[in-house]
Amino acid sequence: MKARSDRFSFIVFLAFAAVAFAVFCLCVCVGSVGIPLTDTLSVIWGGVRYQAGRILTVLSGVVSGGSGAAGSAWQAARPEGLQASIILSVRLPRVLCVAMTGAALALAGGAMQGLLKNPLADGSTLGVSSGAALGAVTAIAFGIRFPGLPFAGTMVMAILFAFLSLVLILALAYRLDYSLATNTIILIGVIFSMFVSSLMNIIVTFAADHIQHITFWTMGSLQGTSYQNALVLLGALLVCGGIILRHARELNAFAIGEDNARHIGVDVRKVKLVILITVSGLIGVCVSIGGSIGFVGLVTPHMVRMLVGPNHRRLLPASLFGGAVFLMLADLAARVLLDPIELPIGVVTSLVGAVAFVVIFYRSRKHG
Amino acid sequence: MLHVEDLTVRYGDLTIVDHLNFAVEEGQWLMIVGPNGAGKSTALNAIAQGTAYTGRVMFEGGEMKKKKSSDRARCVGVLMQNHFVEYAFSVEEVAALGRYAHSAGARRNTGKGAGRGGEDSRAVEDALALTGMISQRRQSILTLSGGELQRTFLAQVFAQDPKLLLLDEPTNHLDLVYQKQVFELIGKWLQTPGRAVISVVHDLSLAKAYGTKILLMNHGREVACGPAAEVLVPEHLDPVYQMDVGGWMRQMLGQWNG
Repeated sequence: MKARSDRFSFIVFLAFAAVAFAVFCLCVCVGSVGIPLTDTLSVIWGGVRYQAGRILTVLSGVVSGGSGAAGSAWQAARPEGLQASIILSVRLPRVLCVAMTGAALALAGGAMQGLLKNPLADGSTLGVSSGAALGAVTAIAFGIRFPGLPFAGTMVMAILFAFLSLVLILALAYRLDYSLATNTIILIGVIFSMFVSSLMNIIVTFAADHIQHITFWTMGSLQGTSYQNALVLLGALLVCGGIILRHARELNAFAIGEDNARHIGVDVRKVKLVILITVSGLIGVCVSIGGSIGFVGLVTPHMVRMLVGPNHRRLLPASLFGGAVFLMLADLAARVLLDPIELPIGVVTSLVGAVAFVVIFYRSRKHG
Repeated sequence: MLHVEDLTVRYGDLTIVDHLNFAVEEGQWLMIVGPNGAGKSTALNAIAQGTAYTGRVMFEGGEMKKKKSSDRARCVGVLMQNHFVEYAFSVEEVAALGRYAHSAGARRNTGKGAGRGGEDSRAVEDALALTGMISQRRQSILTLSGGELQRTFLAQVFAQDPKLLLLDEPTNHLDLVYQKQVFELIGKWLQTPGRAVISVVHDLSLAKAYGTKILLMNHGREVACGPAAEVLVPEHLDPVYQMDVGGWMRQMLGQWNG
């Protein structure tokens, strides 16, 4: 028998994409004002054509030497009306951000669970998200900014703190228990999270006028996110996500065991550093845009693993779609369940996540 | 093939391995024996570059420390004593990872990865066949018995196709039938020219039966090194184990006579 390819077949890939797209449409349609699917799609299509037309106009203007007239043939009318503005300026950017945040957090969680051979590892359980939030809050409180780039200061500090938190937690865990046993590292993560949130509370107390409500950083919210946020998330996903996906084979080796990975010829230190940096990048960007939204990275890879198995060549791409779907649904629940009151999205994910944590822990103890 | 010079491992003030010197040549099976805490596994781990050490470990003239990790893995393979597995990878997936150092994964930057796919899958097929894991290739490693799990990792290291195989108590907690299987498999593997094996074993009978050379250690130091007939003798064994080793062995195995 021929060895089966461990990548996705095109059909499976298409199926995941179709589900993600269906949920995406659902989330744009449903809300305090329900908008029929056909209207939604035509508004989005109109918006896309309008933007594409603008870009083409500019491009053809450049090509034809400055006279924009030639390009105006492509110019479509901008969709107008109440529905159009709800969709184009509120829901679409928000759902895009939600989907990409979910995808990024799930990918980061999946990578960490493989790297540490620990199914409970995640930005929230290891305290990396709290660390990133502390970085963001510090940046705002002390006015750390980069000229010309409005949220670069928060973002860079969030990424930096996420990386430092990861390194600190892992260094501590290695000192205490070289085998990085599941319990040790989670325990350190929990204690670190508590420590960090008290630091954050101190900063927020003293700089209350600078910083928005503290629940934004502890519970997370993607309310009022913009296309600009979506672009930043897309960039982070392309760069950091791309690097993580290219390390699927190394992550497989780590998931079987770090010693085994070294024995088969993986450059263990280099791969570990690359994964830690890219994971910090993803979590840092997500936290600086949406606050710390817990448990997405814990729950999604676990559920996806039940569907496609532990091989990271399938697990990582499937986690991207799974994370997007999970967080879009959580965001929908946060908007709709207690309408007109909106729950912080982190409340929904934590409710689901805490239960899932117990289930995963119980199972891993049973077979371990 | 492998030359170890002045190998010393210290943890803080403790000297675990103390100035070891030995060599392994093609076709040899070196057995490292000695009582608990003699530093056998630590010495092996140092050769595998798994722990910090002083001294030199030379493989075919080049220092192991300076080799790239993928080059190292094409020279030396390691089979551990225990495998704590967490995720439900299949037997085949674990075995196929043995090809990491040979395939695109490690070589994508040097452009040598192309055209090796066929060779990789053949090596994995052969390794699975040799270890008798073909029929279980799709099975999750979480559901394997200890012996099957050890054979899966043996398949991985066979697929890796190193020149030198390092084994740390490969059959320590396995049933007799697997003990026999694993040692016979490694014996067969060693018959191909250009290969050598170093293994740490507790069981002196196994060492005597399969080893072509014995290194007896105590308190991190070499007590004796050479052919079994010269090393596994009462003058060396009895002071190290503080008992009449030969007498005990004869008494234990004598029960089976008649």
